[in-house]
Amino acid sequence: MTATIESGSLTGRDLHLSFGANRVLRGIDLHVERGTTASVIGPSGSGKSTLLRVLNRLIEPDRGDILLDGRSVLKDNPDELRRRIGMVFQQFNLFPHKTVVENVSLALRKLRGMPAGEARESALSQLDLVGLKHKAEARPGDLSGGQQQRVAIARALAMGPEVMFFDEATSALDPELVKGVLALMADLATAGMTMVVVTHEMGFCRNVSDTVTFMDGGVVVETGPPAALFDDPQTPRLRSFLSDVL
Amino acid sequence: MDALEQLGKTFFDWQAMVAVLPDLLTVGLPNTIMLALASGIIGTVVGMILAIMGISRNRALRWTARTYTDIFRGLPAVVIILLIGLGLGPVLRELTGSTSPYPLGILALSLIASAYIGEIFRSGIQSVEKGQLEASRALGFSYSSSMQLVVIPQGVRRVLPALVNQFISLVKESSLVYFIGLIASERELFRVGNDAASNTGNLSPLIAAGVFYLCLTIPLTHLVNFIDTRLRVGARQKPEPDNLAAPVGQGART
Repeated sequence: MTATIESGSLTGRDLHLSFGANRVLRGIDLHVERGTTASVIGPSGSGKSTLLRVLNRLIEPDRGDILLDGRSVLKDNPDELRRRIGMVFQQFNLFPHKTVVENVSLALRKLRGMPAGEARESALSQLDLVGLKHKAEARPGDLSGGQQQRVAIARALAMGPEVMFFDEATSALDPELVKGVLALMADLATAGMTMVVVTHEMGFCRNVSDTVTFMDGGVVVETGPPAALFDDPQTPRLRSFLSDVL
Repeated sequence: MDALEQLGKTFFDWQAMVAVLPDLLTVGLPNTIMLALASGIIGTVVGMILAIMGISRNRALRWTARTYTDIFRGLPAVVIILLIGLGLGPVLRELTGSTSPYPLGILALSLIASAYIGEIFRSGIQSVEKGQLEASRALGFSYSSSMQLVVIPQGVRRVLPALVNQFISLVKESSLVYFIGLIASERELFRVGNDAASNTGNLSPLIAAGVFYLCLTIPLTHLVNFIDTRLRVGARQKPEPDNLAAPVGQGART
């Protein structure tokens, strides 16, 4: 995995968000220590994916604060904040009109101002890390879902983020392709990346993450080390959720 | 037999066709190409501006683009060409001293083309999945950079066939500048053919002009089909076995 991870801690404090009368987030607190992995689980519609988008300000919160490495980032330029937080999506969202290597090098060239050759080299070494250097000139549409998701991870890592977000990164994959992506995510966690992982993969939660947060109805219902949450759930809501998914 | 002969003479009088050929080639063809090309380029640029205004979050911009499009797409082309070509003549003369309505013909065609092309671009841009903009924003690109680098290129690619269709229409619609009365050297294909037809009382020169139009439009039609096929083939999925991610699947195949 990458040797140059300089991760930071991430904190969301009392985050609120409403879409009209629909209160999606109702006072979320989340703290992810530097170099640790926090999994966020919960039923669909519980606000997990929205929480990620609020934490990197793709959606601005109505209230609350976001701290990266202990410093509030709500007043920063949101574009600059997002360069520090990599994000991987359920549907990969690779740019289909660009080749694999261009997908990875685009932000380096246009946002970092890196010369084309240097950006390409950097992108190629990033692709090498996810095992897809040989696909550099392919179009995303010619890759399998698992390969596309690994390219998406390379694209996010290329900017040298301090934190990585994964939004149900394996939910759209065929079952046999899930393993490769989860293995890559686990490698990244081991390498010391700070990660927030919204997932339905309970095995990953239990084995890789340092903390697990269970959300329901826009609030954090329970949070703690995976062993505690899975083996000794304190609330009926978590118990019923776990009995549904395990 | 007489009737057939009569028809043949009316439409396929080779002498009449040959007689009009030099004018079609040296006057009509360059002018038609000039009118269609100039209004095509201006229409594409203005159309892109209209499309971006049309999807803007600013209500005034959206409303302006909407109104413009409704008017110039809703009126018959000949009405716009007459109103612009004749109505703005004095203004142009005042400003430039030119009495030629030729630039006004280009202007009128551009106004019409931009309204259609604007709608083509807008529909293409709006057809791009929301996740593309989101992924680009998540990388740290601003809204306008995301549109420029990620969303608009994909949207435009999807509507290339419709865009070329619009250029085909423009080649044909350029004949409508006939109504604003151009001088001899500015005549386009239809006018050259029509003048010759009036002079000789025979429709063969118009057939000859028609052949010239087909020489312009048929290759464009095939270009549309070519692009269409390329886009569809380019978009086809051919996933390969994932060597690293699916060792189980690999094993099962061997």
